[in-house]
Amino acid sequence: MTGEMFLNGCLIVSISVLLIAMAVIIVRIVRGPTLPDRILGLDTLVTVSIGVIAVFGIITGFPIYVDIAIALGLVGFLSTIALANFLLRCGDDTLTRRDHNAPARRQDNA
Amino acid sequence: MHDLLPYIVGLMCLFGSFFVLVAAIGVLRLNDLYMRMHAASKAGTLGSGVLLLAIAVFVQDASVVWRALAGVLFFLLTAPISAHLLARAAYIVGYQPCDLTTQDAIADAAPSLREQRNS
Repeated sequence: MTGEMFLNGCLIVSISVLLIAMAVIIVRIVRGPTLPDRILGLDTLVTVSIGVIAVFGIITGFPIYVDIAIALGLVGFLSTIALANFLLRCGDDTLTRRDHNAPARRQDNA
Repeated sequence: MHDLLPYIVGLMCLFGSFFVLVAAIGVLRLNDLYMRMHAASKAGTLGSGVLLLAIAVFVQDASVVWRALAGVLFFLLTAPISAHLLARAAYIVGYQPCDLTTQDAIADAAPSLREQRNS
């Protein structure tokens, strides 16, 4: 078994594992009982996409994919901050369903 | 050394994708937003960082190596910041940790934080 064959097998296995991870995270985003769960799922999806882009860079041999991964990381960071700010300003019961595993939300006068 | 290169890159790819899968399973299986955040921000960052380092080892060009290192450093800097902001926003808005949580260190400070938000 040569190194090329080993590398090809590893790349196929790792990109399959990354796609499975993406599917698992999409299940969480669809199911996710509350709004911050969905925001966290989108953030994790960006992280997995960076990994997929890096593996694509190894498969195709184009090192330009590193720049694309860095740009995607920047966009993901900014979008997570923006969504957290949105949650802080207008996250309430009209936008989110209650988490059935967690205890009921704190009662306050807001 | 050149004979070993495909093996090193392949093992790094397997390592990184394994940790990304661990992060995804943690996001699916854990109980609570605050627990899921641990899996997502630690294991996910480690996995994608190792995958970026794998492309740097594979190409072995100085510019690509430096850009990949800068990207890994950037992810290591930004992942805790975004996780902290999201957890803080969720806590202030009023999402309670689940029953398995034994310590709530900022329970005393929470009312004043919420007043700041509402004012």
